[in-house]
Amino acid sequence: MWADRLAVLPVIVIGAWAVLLTVADLYIPEHRRRITAILAALGLIVGLVVNLFIQRHNPQTAYFGLAIADGFSSFLNVLFLLSGLLGIAVAHGYLQRQNIARSEYYSLLLFSISGMMLMGMAADLIIVFIALELLSIPLYVMAGFHRDRLDSEEAALKYFLLGAFAGGFVVYGIALIYGATGSTRIAAILSAVQSGSASPILLTVGAALILVGLGFKVAAVPFHMWTPDVYQGAPSSVTAFMAVGAKAAGFAALLRVFLLAFPTLSDKLVPLLWALAALTMIVGNIVAIVQSNIKRLLAYSSIAHAGYILMATVTLGQSRLMADAAAAALFYLLAYLLTNFGAWAVVIALEREEGKGLSIQDYAGLGKKYPALAAAMSVFMLSLIGVPPTVGFLGKFYLFRAVLEGGFVGLAVIGVLTSLVSAYYYLRVVVVMYMQEGEPVVNRDALLHWTAALSAIAVLALSLFATPLFQWATQATLYAAQ
Amino acid sequence: MLFGETTTTGPTFFALAPLVLLFPLLGLLINLIWGGRLPEKAIGGIASGAVGLTFGVAILQMLSLFSHPEGTVIPLVDWITIGELNISWGIQVDTLSVTMMLVVSGVGCLIHIYAIAYMHDDVRLNGDPARYRRFFVFFNLFILAMMTLVSADNYLMLFVGWEGVGLCSYLLIGFWYDKGKDGIGNALAGNKAFITNRIGDFGFLLAAFTMFGLFGSFDFDQVFGQVEQVAELLPTGILLITIFMLIGVTGKSAQLPLYVWLPDAMAGPTPVSALIHAATMVTAGVYLITRSHPLYAVVPQAQSLVAWVGTLTALFAATIAIAQFDIKKVLAYSTISQLGFMVAAVGMGAYVPGMFHLVTHAFFKALLFLSSGSVIQGVERGLHEVEHHHKGKHSAGHHLDPQDMRNMGGLRERMPTTFWVYLIGALALAGIMPLAGFWSKDEILLKASYKDVRLYTLLSIAAFFTAFYMARQIILVFFGKPRSEAAAYASESPKLITIPLIILAVLSVFGGALNLPGIHAFGHWLEHTVHHVPGVKGGVELPEFSLQVAAISTGIALLAIILGWLIYARWGETLQKEKKPYVDPLELTAKPIFSVLTNKYWVDELYWALLVNPYKAFSRWLAEQVDWRFWHDWLHDAVLVNGFKRLTVLLAQPIDLGIIDGIANGLATLIQGGAAYLRRFQTGYVRNYALAVFFGVVAIMSYLIFVLR
Repeated sequence: MWADRLAVLPVIVIGAWAVLLTVADLYIPEHRRRITAILAALGLIVGLVVNLFIQRHNPQTAYFGLAIADGFSSFLNVLFLLSGLLGIAVAHGYLQRQNIARSEYYSLLLFSISGMMLMGMAADLIIVFIALELLSIPLYVMAGFHRDRLDSEEAALKYFLLGAFAGGFVVYGIALIYGATGSTRIAAILSAVQSGSASPILLTVGAALILVGLGFKVAAVPFHMWTPDVYQGAPSSVTAFMAVGAKAAGFAALLRVFLLAFPTLSDKLVPLLWALAALTMIVGNIVAIVQSNIKRLLAYSSIAHAGYILMATVTLGQSRLMADAAAAALFYLLAYLLTNFGAWAVVIALEREEGKGLSIQDYAGLGKKYPALAAAMSVFMLSLIGVPPTVGFLGKFYLFRAVLEGGFVGLAVIGVLTSLVSAYYYLRVVVVMYMQEGEPVVNRDALLHWTAALSAIAVLALSLFATPLFQWATQATLYAAQ
Repeated sequence: MLFGETTTTGPTFFALAPLVLLFPLLGLLINLIWGGRLPEKAIGGIASGAVGLTFGVAILQMLSLFSHPEGTVIPLVDWITIGELNISWGIQVDTLSVTMMLVVSGVGCLIHIYAIAYMHDDVRLNGDPARYRRFFVFFNLFILAMMTLVSADNYLMLFVGWEGVGLCSYLLIGFWYDKGKDGIGNALAGNKAFITNRIGDFGFLLAAFTMFGLFGSFDFDQVFGQVEQVAELLPTGILLITIFMLIGVTGKSAQLPLYVWLPDAMAGPTPVSALIHAATMVTAGVYLITRSHPLYAVVPQAQSLVAWVGTLTALFAATIAIAQFDIKKVLAYSTISQLGFMVAAVGMGAYVPGMFHLVTHAFFKALLFLSSGSVIQGVERGLHEVEHHHKGKHSAGHHLDPQDMRNMGGLRERMPTTFWVYLIGALALAGIMPLAGFWSKDEILLKASYKDVRLYTLLSIAAFFTAFYMARQIILVFFGKPRSEAAAYASESPKLITIPLIILAVLSVFGGALNLPGIHAFGHWLEHTVHHVPGVKGGVELPEFSLQVAAISTGIALLAIILGWLIYARWGETLQKEKKPYVDPLELTAKPIFSVLTNKYWVDELYWALLVNPYKAFSRWLAEQVDWRFWHDWLHDAVLVNGFKRLTVLLAQPIDLGIIDGIANGLATLIQGGAAYLRRFQTGYVRNYALAVFFGVVAIMSYLIFVLR
């Protein structure tokens, strides 16, 4: 029993910390809200340390195979905890400026992170669903955190309704799979499929329905429609966190469930995944071109990047390649985390009350007046395009390599062409910053500026030392619980 | 404990080796980020402290090597892994690299401290105090790059450091990039150094590529381990590598024919000349050859080529130094000459004497450069004094060059400390027993005496000239009567400047103790790393003292000094009474030879005539004739444009407009239109969004029905 608890200790730590933080917050005076933020960050750091210490090479199952702690989950834990830390860094000053500094924000953040971490460890479809709800419900609340403003409320309601709708598909899919194989354990599903005792029709339809639900979470086309509205309406700090954390969690489940449980269905599922990835890349990148609001621009960019990461799943069934593709996806997520948080830090630095300062035109003259901030933003834009020497380039490099080795030349070509299209709208931000005159207004928020600066340095520096990082991701292979 | 002694027990601090990179990095980052708000003392203190801590780490490495002389490699990261190619980066800790670390950080620390005071005045004299911080950031960056160079465990990282020091050199030569002749003189000097070094670096790269082709690796261990196999299979391959490497060395260590950048590099502030262009960076070539000695050991042809390049450089530069009037230019040519001694030594396989001379030279040449800086600032203070307190009395002081030795004289009384340390440095350089330079130069001459009598003769002549130009410089600067108002009112430098000078002077006196004949502490220390010398089994060659060689070299030096004294002190004094502007006595007696030397054999002009001008002419021809007249005027305008115009006339206009424009605009409208079309689906209604999800599900299900059937 203790071994079980030890295996899932990072989740326990974060969950328990969130509960304690909610209680402790009652005794922290109104004007000392900073303490809550610091305590929350401390919890995440404790989680990181714990995760580092119990990191193991041998996978460890817990609670009768419901959860599993392996390299994959501990890599993702680092990812989630980092996004939590960066999420706090970009939120603290922002919430005060927007007059929505209520301290339950941090507890909700921690709850959502515990759900994400559980998602990375899930070895049973039921746990996948529980984790999905655990990470989503705090996010619904956080999206509506600016409850005085109509668009924030609208975002929360839309996200909630559509999330519930998509959640229904997941549950239905799980039920069908249970019907087909008699189990919800990933390992048991696999052995049932291999022994031939499972009904292929039920199984395939179930898998497709789970794909729909998770596709909604990662914002894949055509389940992406909520993304721009929610990203725009939600407070920016929430959007930044959601764009990385929720997406990574969705991909965690997608990779683990599909690559482990359904490799035998590859002939039916791969064309589906192929089409989903291609469609997502095309629609995300093309619609982004006409956006004039930076939050909507980044929302479509986030859709487009989901398309790139989805490419990793088309290696389904090619056992030699799957590990590499999963590693490439993990690396891409890490690159996206750094780049995206950096870009959002700049966005938040320019955002003013009443949603002003969010038009791309508001960035005019930034290069002259705030050269460091503009330089950082340029780095993030280049990394999102995938230009060397940024970490975004290497993310694309590893992904395209895995896809090409799998023989999907067409998909790789679509990926390259769409990232060419993406250069148009990312570079437009750079052009506006440097080549147009303007008087941009930037908030004085040291934490934000540090986040942007450090992210920019990391984006550049990690591209030079990407090999160790990629090796770490490669070691984070997937295991099915026995 | 003596250097050579080894014990089997004792603590090791090898694990701390990466700190030699971390400390300078921290120093430069702190000054880069917060330096703007710090006072000057703090900036200089942080930078010096960082180098001081680096020195401490190097000392710990030395102590560890006493008990574990075989050294180790501390792995840092796997830098690049692509397919079979794997380049990892580790810190090489052995007696050779630690020697370099000690010299770089030890001498570097003293020069940093000196620069705290020197740059305080320098930035004010040049009228931009804001550049104080920039100087120390660049200086720490240099230490970082130099440490990367000497601590690398493979040729690729060594090259990273090699390029890094080149960059810092460029940045610091052009530190006052808006000053100098016509306002761009310093910038041009920086360009010259950088471009000349690029030629050398090209040689280094060729060496590295050839090496990778032959050995499949850049790692020292792996390359040296395979030398014997490869040498049997493909001896010319190794010959190519060593010769390409020599090209790199001639660039970085200012040897013939690529030495031309170093004299111009004196445009940088004096601490830069001392640290980069005398004590450390320029010796990187000597280090490279010593490090690569297993390669050179199997190709005697390359070795003798190295020895000849070094010897000729030593002699050639020493003759030029005789006829220079700029105090720093004399030292610059002296540096080239002394580097020639070192290169000649390592070319003869005398790695220990070569490295020994590198160490002692770092002491006394840094001392000389820093003292010359003290002299220059002393004269500048005198100039200031004259302008402010004796207005109208003397107006010629305005355009007086504070570096020209013709404007000095008699500074011995005005600047006593500087005089004494300068004298020590000059005697050490001239090779007067028992100062440091004597012992190291003597070992090189000793080796040459039984290796090749021609080399020995040429090097001895170079040693004669060395003593002569140093005697000339000392007399011109410090003896006689002041030859300008500024020199008459010069004043001694502050403590922060003189204390590092005194420490370096002490090192220049006692540095020879490192490798006294008979004990050979330094030799025994290095033989743990350098042990592939042909003809010598199981260790490096440790030449025994030869009274004959020592007596000859001392006699030569003394003779040169006496000659210098007679010419410049006796004869020069009498001449000076007659003529107002100072004329060199040699100029009067042997004008043609002297002007050849003053003009540095017109090598710069030769390079311009042979290489630079033809290259420029060729570029101009390409630009004006080929590109503009042929390509643009004729091909583009006449052929293409006119042809196209005719084509458009031939083809009907509707087709032209319809197709060509249609495609160009059509693509743009298509994407824009597609985007606008797709955007229309974004209605904002939840019901529509849910419908989209539903359609997606229906599409997937229809597909599945199709395949599952």
